[in-house]
Amino acid sequence: MPGKLKVKIVAGRHLPVMDRASDLTDAFVEVKFGNTTFKTDVYLKSLNPQWNSEWFKFEVDDEDLQDEPLQITVLDHDTYSANDAIGKVYIDIDPLLYSEAATVISGWFPIYDTIHGIRGEINVVVKVDLFNDLNRFRQSSCGVKFFCTTSIPKCYRAVIIHGFVEELVVNEDPEYQWIDRIRTPRASNEARQRLISLMSGELQRKIGLKVLEMRGNAVVGYLQCFDLEGESGLVVRAIGTACTLDKLSSPAAFLPACNSPSKEMKESPLVHPPSHGCRSTHNSPIHTATGSRLTQNFSVSVPTLIYTGMGSGSAGKEGGPFKALLRQQTQSALEQREFPFFTLTAFPPGFLVHVGGVVSARSVKLLDRIHNPAFVGIMGNTRSYKLLDWNSFNSDEPETRDAWWAEIRQEIKSHAKALGCHAVVGYSESTSICEEVCILSASGTAAVLNPRFLQDGTVEGCLEQRLEENLPTRCGFCHIPYDELNMPFPAHLTYCYNCRKQKVPDVLFTTIDLPTDATVIGKGCLIQARLCRLKKKAQAEANATAISNLLPFMEYEVHTQLMNKLKLKGMNALFGLRIQITVGENMLMGLASATGVYLAALPTPGGIQIAGKTPNDGSYEQHISHMQKKINDTIAKNKELYEINPPEISEEIIGSPIPEPRQRSRLLRSQSESSDEVTELDLSHGKKDAFVLEIDDTDAMEDVHSLLTDVPPPSGFYSCNTEIMPGINNWTSEIQMFTSVRVIRLSSLNLTNQALNKNFNDLCENLLKSLYFKLRSMIPCCLCHVNFTVSLPEDELIQVTVTAVAITFDKNQALQTTKTHVEKSLQRASTDNEELLQFPLELCSDSLPSHPLPPAKEHLESASSNSGIPAAQRATSVDYSSFADRCSSWIELIKLKAQTIRRGSIKTTVTVEKASPVGDGNFRNRPAPPCANSTVGVVKMTPLSFIPGAKITKYLGIINMFFIRETTSLREEGGVSGFLHAFIAEVFAMVRAHVAALGGNAVVSYIMKQCVFMENPNKNQAQCLINVSGDAVVFVRESDLEVVSTQQPTANCQSSGTEGEVTT
Amino acid sequence: MTSELDIFVGNTTLIDEDVYRLWLDGYSVTDAVALRVRSGILEQTGATAAVLQSDTMDHYRTFHMLERLLHAPPKLLHQLIFQIPPSRQALLIERYYAFDEAFVREVLGKKLSKGTKKDLDDISTKTGITLKSCRRQFDNFKRVFKVVEEMRGSLVDNIQQHFLLSDRLARDYAAIVFFANNRFETGKKKLQYLSFGDFAFCAELMIQNWTLGAVDSQMDDMDMDLDKEFLQDLKELKVLVADKDLLDLHKSLVCTALRGKLGVFSEMEANFKNLSRGLVNVAAKLTHNKDVRDLFVDLVEKFVEPCRSDHWPLSDVRFFLSQYAASVHSLDGFRHQTLWDRYMGTLRGCLLRLYHD
Repeated sequence: MPGKLKVKIVAGRHLPVMDRASDLTDAFVEVKFGNTTFKTDVYLKSLNPQWNSEWFKFEVDDEDLQDEPLQITVLDHDTYSANDAIGKVYIDIDPLLYSEAATVISGWFPIYDTIHGIRGEINVVVKVDLFNDLNRFRQSSCGVKFFCTTSIPKCYRAVIIHGFVEELVVNEDPEYQWIDRIRTPRASNEARQRLISLMSGELQRKIGLKVLEMRGNAVVGYLQCFDLEGESGLVVRAIGTACTLDKLSSPAAFLPACNSPSKEMKESPLVHPPSHGCRSTHNSPIHTATGSRLTQNFSVSVPTLIYTGMGSGSAGKEGGPFKALLRQQTQSALEQREFPFFTLTAFPPGFLVHVGGVVSARSVKLLDRIHNPAFVGIMGNTRSYKLLDWNSFNSDEPETRDAWWAEIRQEIKSHAKALGCHAVVGYSESTSICEEVCILSASGTAAVLNPRFLQDGTVEGCLEQRLEENLPTRCGFCHIPYDELNMPFPAHLTYCYNCRKQKVPDVLFTTIDLPTDATVIGKGCLIQARLCRLKKKAQAEANATAISNLLPFMEYEVHTQLMNKLKLKGMNALFGLRIQITVGENMLMGLASATGVYLAALPTPGGIQIAGKTPNDGSYEQHISHMQKKINDTIAKNKELYEINPPEISEEIIGSPIPEPRQRSRLLRSQSESSDEVTELDLSHGKKDAFVLEIDDTDAMEDVHSLLTDVPPPSGFYSCNTEIMPGINNWTSEIQMFTSVRVIRLSSLNLTNQALNKNFNDLCENLLKSLYFKLRSMIPCCLCHVNFTVSLPEDELIQVTVTAVAITFDKNQALQTTKTHVEKSLQRASTDNEELLQFPLELCSDSLPSHPLPPAKEHLESASSNSGIPAAQRATSVDYSSFADRCSSWIELIKLKAQTIRRGSIKTTVTVEKASPVGDGNFRNRPAPPCANSTVGVVKMTPLSFIPGAKITKYLGIINMFFIRETTSLREEGGVSGFLHAFIAEVFAMVRAHVAALGGNAVVSYIMKQCVFMENPNKNQAQCLINVSGDAVVFVRESDLEVVSTQQPTANCQSSGTEGEVTT
Repeated sequence: MTSELDIFVGNTTLIDEDVYRLWLDGYSVTDAVALRVRSGILEQTGATAAVLQSDTMDHYRTFHMLERLLHAPPKLLHQLIFQIPPSRQALLIERYYAFDEAFVREVLGKKLSKGTKKDLDDISTKTGITLKSCRRQFDNFKRVFKVVEEMRGSLVDNIQQHFLLSDRLARDYAAIVFFANNRFETGKKKLQYLSFGDFAFCAELMIQNWTLGAVDSQMDDMDMDLDKEFLQDLKELKVLVADKDLLDLHKSLVCTALRGKLGVFSEMEANFKNLSRGLVNVAAKLTHNKDVRDLFVDLVEKFVEPCRSDHWPLSDVRFFLSQYAASVHSLDGFRHQTLWDRYMGTLRGCLLRLYHD
């Protein structure tokens, strides 16, 4: 009996009227945990009952403590008929199980009903007494801390970063059980909510066990998702990064830990301590990999593209041996691991050594379970899964799903290897399900890591610079990790513009956040690629084949769009890249978001050139030149807008890193050509190469147009999808997190790809425009962590959900520290230049043209060897040739005109946070005369891992909530918009209430992982499922810090409404 | 491509003051968008009409959801669904309960019943205020009335406590409730020149002096009803005009005191008896509900109009009323000094306020 859970029901308020006759309610409360239920007395005739109950005590196993939610039901007593339920509150008591987190949950919780929404509030106090020794702890995974934050949480220090942990559990979806036909929608919804809550708890416990096995004590970057697979069940899966964390200092001493604000910032996730180095390069050759595997009766693993960066590999002379050593160490550290993956997107200083590029893998699966002959075959490596209940045949499922993911992860791992990397960082997984087809996707950034953090017991607190001093400069992460002479794809390398010693690619794509010490020129911006493809409606295998045939084209086009847009912005690197492919009945949607920046270490990007197909036609020529002018103007304008003024470096100093300018050659290929030629497909765009768009058909015209239709945000606005906006660092403290949802209905008549693309593009652009308009009062401000999610709920419906946070910043505040910092680095750069003068950089020019690398071939081969289904294989290979053909007609490499590099002001991302005097702390404190007695504490929510102008002093635990809302009176609730608006507001309210009850005043790393909306206007019905998560924290304003630190920061929990009775 | 669903939900609820005003003024979304376009917002922000439409819809939806809470403002403070900074909450409440001068003049002193609600159509046509806005304002009056009707203690305090209004607005509501409760006639043509402020001023004086609460705040009564006993007692004042000697003495005292100080002395002297009769008779009649309702009509008819027709300047009216009230203390035969002060003190204030063009 390792734990005693104690619950006290204090009072209720604002209850709904349940008795029409008296306009009052006779309320009582049922408190349930596991199979034990307690009841309060009935409080007669009141909408604000005061139960003031005794302590209800549950004696339970710690396993149950982790799995089960506390369920509180408020009912209206009825003498003659059944008691009516008013609503429920589920409380996850997990935060009470870690020693450092919350000690009590106490506050007002909204009483939630899946049909009526929030109906009043209830004041509850919850405590847990764990009377067991530490060993006992270790048996269950109580005590393992979970963080959604994808960096080392602020008040902790990473001793060891162990690596990837994953788990999934499967169950039947209550909505699809036979009993659902006879029970009420409410009962069905509640069964689902309870089940998911239970499964989440179980999942978390299991992951915790794995972490303990690895000797870690925390999971960082914990991401839990659920897949609603309909008939075939419900999957809850989670990934994370196991770590051993050390609390930096006692909460009272958080100041000493970071004496100066700027240093402090270094530790904050805001400035993710990245590697050293800021020369980044990147090249975006496309590495095509194809493989098709059979796991179940049917599945196709789709050819994947790797967007890679090139690194400087072994080129550096003095760096060579050291690097090799490093590599060895890392390798050994990582080799024990099945998957050397890290869900982190920001790292302790020195962790990230090199970045290779983005690796991704997708696989199309059929969920059809019943006709599944192959399904027994793959169960060799059995693991034990505890099933929640129900059918035994379900028990096969976790293995199936596990095998699917294992396969994808394996692919990712091999892609990373191909890039000369041992590890994948910024790793994430997702699914898209439509009927019985499911696309599994995984992506991350291939990287070389510093082994220090990966080995047990070796690291002794030397998080700081020591080792870094030996390593190259702060541009290290941009240097290519792979061997230059054996590059996995063709790419253009140059010497790093920062250190001049190592090679860098010309473009760098990553899924991680911009390392803090990277030198960036100008500001960053949100770059999106959007794409739709129609597909025929089909069933089962035919459908899956059709989808997998489309995927490579989509990947390719998404990539091309990203590249074009990046060049149009005059930038050379993408961070936080997230590509989402969504499958619908009759179409596929692709949406890629990333933050473009100009990395000082990478070469200046070339321009975009337009080539006409029929050069003889005069008016056509004119048209082309007109377009060209427009594009050039746009690039120039963007450079100005984003303040991209790279320092002038004369050509001679740099040397000529690019091989003999190639002749402007067009790669033409016909369908029939073999895959060998595909290898010539060179999508890399070297420094000297302009990106050529050939306008040979209306399609291409459209593409050029769409490039130009992207409107930059109005002045005063910036946007990015990473944690921080490169180039802006003087944040003030006003933040506004929001969720915006749009659904459009397509007119079903003759939809074409173009029309679809335009609709989708307009949808996204209009949505962004609306956001800018709505938030105009915050100017100057930046939308950070802009997260778009696309879903296709029905045939003609497209749903886009955006969650982001707007943060104000001070335009005028000059940042001395930053400036001097940059100046220094510039100086260093220039001295480096001089040293380098002697070297003609031939290496690069030699190596470049000599790379007729056959990535596609390789993979095709592997695909054929792997594939058990001839049909699938055939399909893929056919696609490939046409794919290649298409590429060739679009893109070619030509010589770049002399680039213009101007000297100008430079900003970096080294951030100095300034507490603004006008925070909303003041706002809150200013008592508006009549409203001064407000009891509701402000709870901030943000998708970022930090709060500008404030310091996080305590992590209270993870918030992971799942809600269903349903209505049968859609019109009366204001239609779909009214319904969803109210629901999302309610979800926010419930998250805030839970945080406040834990004693917190903010949620960081907040994410809305799912927002599934279904409507049936004819029946006046709608249903919505929302899953959100984040970390509950206590923060203290920097402006208040001094006061607090002198007073001992006890008064953290300024929020919830319960007064004295907490102290029992 | 049609937008099926379009929402924006912020962790802090966004309140656009301009849109809030349009919503309160009862404009439909379409009208509100048109008005916003006319305000030049598109040019300022570079937004499109579609963006404006979506934004307006969104705000309207939010306001619609907030309206339920605004009906009981303390709920707005304690609710958890919308996170709104206190200053914004105050603004929402204050604006929601604000009313149009033109509207309040139409319903002031009327019974706040369903019957009146039907007249809202006419009021809307007459004042040019949208019907929706009229409804809101009327419902606000009624709601406040209902809540404080049976309450003890200070009317203004009660309103402030239950509706969290600013002091100024709470006072106005006190006046509205007071007028509605006593059904003072304010709509007559000869009263049209009076503003709501004039009435509110009088109401406040009357609440302070003529209600039960005015005598004893501990009393089990409210500020809303006039002190019946006091009204009964007012009959006693009749002696001031009924007793010829007393009236003459009063006149001579006033005339002596004011001689040479009043620009309109002769007119005053000539009219004294009429004016005094008017003022005292008003007091004596207040026992009847019907006459209570006509209080303002009577005051204007019996005092304001005669003086105005003789072109009394306001300063003279002030001198006269002071002297008129004070001289009574020197009338030896008159025993109801306290009663007279309670009556005249308030009446003097009211009359001075009512005396303008």
